[in-house]
Amino acid sequence: MITPTRTSSLTFSEITPGSGLKAALSRPPADALAKINFSGLRGRGGAGFPTSLKWELADKSPGQKKYVICNADEGEPGTFKDRVILADFADLVFEGMTIAAYCISAQEGIVYLRAEYTYLRPHLEEVLEQRREKNLLGNKIGGQDGFDFDIHVRMGSGSYVCGEETALIESLEGQRGEPRNRPPFPIDTGYLGNPTTVNNVETFAWAACILSQGSDWFKKLGTEKSTGHKLFSVSGDCQLPGVYDLPLGITIDELLDQVGGQDAKAVQVGGAAGQCVPRHEFHRAIAYEDIPTGGSIIVFGPHRDMLRVAANFLEFFIDESCGQCTPCREGAPKLLEGIEMLQRGECSMEHLQELYSLGQTMQLASKCGLGQTAPNTFLSIVDHFRDEILGRTAPA
Amino acid sequence: MLRTKGERLRDELVAMADKYGRDRSSLLNILQEVQHRYYSISEYAMQVIADLLDIHPVEIHSVVSFYSFLNARPRGEFVIRLCRTISCDMAGKDQVARQLENDLGITFGETTPDGKFSLEWANCLGMCDQGPALLVNQRVYTHVTPEKIHGILQECRQRFGVHAMAGQKEKHI
Repeated sequence: MITPTRTSSLTFSEITPGSGLKAALSRPPADALAKINFSGLRGRGGAGFPTSLKWELADKSPGQKKYVICNADEGEPGTFKDRVILADFADLVFEGMTIAAYCISAQEGIVYLRAEYTYLRPHLEEVLEQRREKNLLGNKIGGQDGFDFDIHVRMGSGSYVCGEETALIESLEGQRGEPRNRPPFPIDTGYLGNPTTVNNVETFAWAACILSQGSDWFKKLGTEKSTGHKLFSVSGDCQLPGVYDLPLGITIDELLDQVGGQDAKAVQVGGAAGQCVPRHEFHRAIAYEDIPTGGSIIVFGPHRDMLRVAANFLEFFIDESCGQCTPCREGAPKLLEGIEMLQRGECSMEHLQELYSLGQTMQLASKCGLGQTAPNTFLSIVDHFRDEILGRTAPA
Repeated sequence: MLRTKGERLRDELVAMADKYGRDRSSLLNILQEVQHRYYSISEYAMQVIADLLDIHPVEIHSVVSFYSFLNARPRGEFVIRLCRTISCDMAGKDQVARQLENDLGITFGETTPDGKFSLEWANCLGMCDQGPALLVNQRVYTHVTPEKIHGILQECRQRFGVHAMAGQKEKHI
């Protein structure tokens, strides 16, 4: 039914399952944390928060009950690497979660799986059951007294904003998926008010790899501020769409060479929430310090209409906005109206400038990442493709 | 003794609440199961769940209305969700959408009069490398072309047989 996703050779397939957890359990939790810290691993969901710091804060936060949550609500347009990881390397993800639990002394883990991926659930449950049988989950994991930890799968119900960690927690608590004000952060006030670490699927898998192979192995690749490899989901106008395992710091040009998209006129890095990078900036690097991404790369060929792209993303945000805060709820429809005016060739420069400043206001004044990033593509298209979008002839 | 539909539903809901725990944090689990069994979450079901979890029914309505996979209005047995996000858009989702409407005789957001099919848009299904993609309930179809629509619908129709459906339904969720 599903054509398997094309992948480059993946680091994850070279790791012996179980070796990371074994290495972690052979030393005190602080050592495992130190290893993650030295590796420089940062959140693979896109925000790039240092993983070890998150775990350390959750560990230090007072509380009897603590939670490890795996954010498998992969909803960013153009992202599908978590689907591949969950289908092919679920063990590694659960291993990373178990290591996190060991570091922060958590008893319970939850995988929040998006409703669109319900077909992956039986597989995940099976892997979890196998791990319980091998005593890699449950009581006294690996024979360690007092290390009790189990993982359960909970389903999403179709909401992009639930990928935001506080909205995800709200959803688990039986609420609408509306993001909370931060602080307090989940590391002290998370699921049911308990200290909670929420990490991306890929982050957990890399954590397991780092424990298995060492911090230096991980640091060898990537840049100083963005260490290691990352999985990229590549789609759009290129010959070889799929999942690519590449070092951070790679330039867009280099990436396009690999995926067969050399003639691209623009590349969307980071999905709808990311930015649209025009051809003359293809020398820029994909890394936290230059163009950050959760791994979504969408290639736009020479014939693509950038207004259609902007309209598609804005429709997405209008649909997925939770409606809590005004800049996001009211701003995105205004920007879409502007795009439609441009499509009809009716938008004055003055109006466009006003919309541009509205977009900047949304970036500043929205409550969560969804609203703050919703205008990104609009702004970058206005910045880089004025020749293409201004003064159009009205469609017949 | 004759039991009404409502009584039966109530019993089922009590069993669900006991299975997941009578806490607010079980709400999504319960709603997902009701949606799966009944293709929608009726006002009556919301009231019963509210009683069981000791929260106001309006709270439940608020949650149901928030999530796109939960519906207060009846949906078809087969909910077809076509991805409309950028990569599938560029891969030609418009033509697929049109053909879906033609073959089903309904537009997006509608349910066929026989209650079998609902047609909806979905945001990014995570199949961007294989677009256009669509979901039929939990099953995913990729590289969909207008020509393939007829076959996909036929596949669903063949599962209408009572015996086939009985086995099929319980396996999901």
